[in-house]
Amino acid sequence: MSNGEKQGITLVPGPRHTARARPAANTTMLFGSSRDDQVRAQRFREAALPYLDDVYTVARYLLRDPADAEDAVQECYLRALKHFDSYRGPAMKPWLLAILRNVCHAEFARRAKSNTTAMDDLPESAETTEPLWQESQDTPETEMLQKRDAGTIQRMIAALAEPFRETFVLREIQNLSYREIAETVGAPVGTVMSRLARARAMLRSAWLAEEEQPR
Amino acid sequence: MTCDEADILLHALIDGELDAGHAREVETHIATCPRCAAALKAYREMNAAIAAADVRFTAPAHLRQRIEAALPQSRGTSRRSILAGFAMGSAVSAIAATGIVAIVLRSDDEQRIASEVVSAHLRSLQAGHLTDVLSTDQHTVKPWFNGRLDVSPPVIDLTALGFTLIGGRLDYIDGRAIGAVVYKRRAHVINLFVAQTPNATHSAARTEDVQGFNIRRWRDHGLSFWAVSDLSADELAEFSDKFESAMRTNGTG
Ligand SMILES: [Zn+2]
Repeated sequence: MSNGEKQGITLVPGPRHTARARPAANTTMLFGSSRDDQVRAQRFREAALPYLDDVYTVARYLLRDPADAEDAVQECYLRALKHFDSYRGPAMKPWLLAILRNVCHAEFARRAKSNTTAMDDLPESAETTEPLWQESQDTPETEMLQKRDAGTIQRMIAALAEPFRETFVLREIQNLSYREIAETVGAPVGTVMSRLARARAMLRSAWLAEEEQPR
Repeated sequence: MTCDEADILLHALIDGELDAGHAREVETHIATCPRCAAALKAYREMNAAIAAADVRFTAPAHLRQRIEAALPQSRGTSRRSILAGFAMGSAVSAIAATGIVAIVLRSDDEQRIASEVVSAHLRSLQAGHLTDVLSTDQHTVKPWFNGRLDVSPPVIDLTALGFTLIGGRLDYIDGRAIGAVVYKRRAHVINLFVAQTPNATHSAARTEDVQGFNIRRWRDHGLSFWAVSDLSADELAEFSDKFESAMRTNGTG
């Protein structure tokens, strides 16, 4: 099952990129205001806007930066509207999330170039980051997972390495089926299954490690 | 089955992605392997804890406004109601043309359907499969249905009114996938099945006894509702009254 996917888990967020220039928000109207465009926009609104929180949630977990997430979500919706005429399925949510994923991966590429941000977003550098704890090889057979508050869980999920985090968020928080995840991330279902198993194993270790820390 | 295989497949078991044959194989392994049994238990607990905590993010209002501002404007059609998901569902299915058939139940089949509703209720109690999504938060349950059904049922939290929202489930009535919203009062489970109906007229709720269970059914906003429970007829009527009144409040507000 080990298919070259990276092993490292890190709780250390990369250096914040507070000072870099952010492109101005694109609020250009994509279409004129003809009657057809309005009808089309209204259909798009009804079909796509109910998923705004879903898309934003995935963007937050993928990009781990609220401002970047906002930009990515806006870009996602603009692209979705542009391609709405050719939309024939799958369900709206996976379709939007697949678009979001492309936007986020473009952002990863930009970050890689500018070299100012979390290194563990870059698969080739994952092993170079010093993990705070390792995925334990022998998890105890009896363990009680204590309840954790939402903020702690969010932080633990955000600390998962890619591509495991993405698969985990699509399954656990967005409730996509394995097939929908496979279509969204462009990987075979078997790969989705092994990534999900790894993601949950890493999160389980993180969860137990969290309990050993003084609170 | 080896532990290595079970390591992967037990997740598919948790997620309800395994066919019956594979599910049995995993369960057989787990019955004889303490290590994998402990893992399964831990992952189930972890999932439940994640579902219980709200780990989603809400899009900031200014982001919504930015996106709205980029769309061609139209007026007076914004309907943000509890039925928004339902409206969206029909829009998507009409556009998507993916061959999903709307759930349309013929009225002459009502008696057979009533008995199917009771069977589905019993199945949900017996199989340990009451909910697919376990959450007391309507904002978790409702989105879960989106994309699984072309008609998302309205999910209304009635906890403050004495009926606790437990979660949601995909069920099958009349050979079609249908949404079930699950509530509890004390130890009594209420399954609320919701399906689209071509008949748009409102019809008042009425109760009937089917195989020893009370079914209360009504029709509103192009949806048919069946609430089924072993609660008394009075308490089930109280449930449907509160549900309908909450739906009216949300729908016009
Ligand atoms: Zn085993």
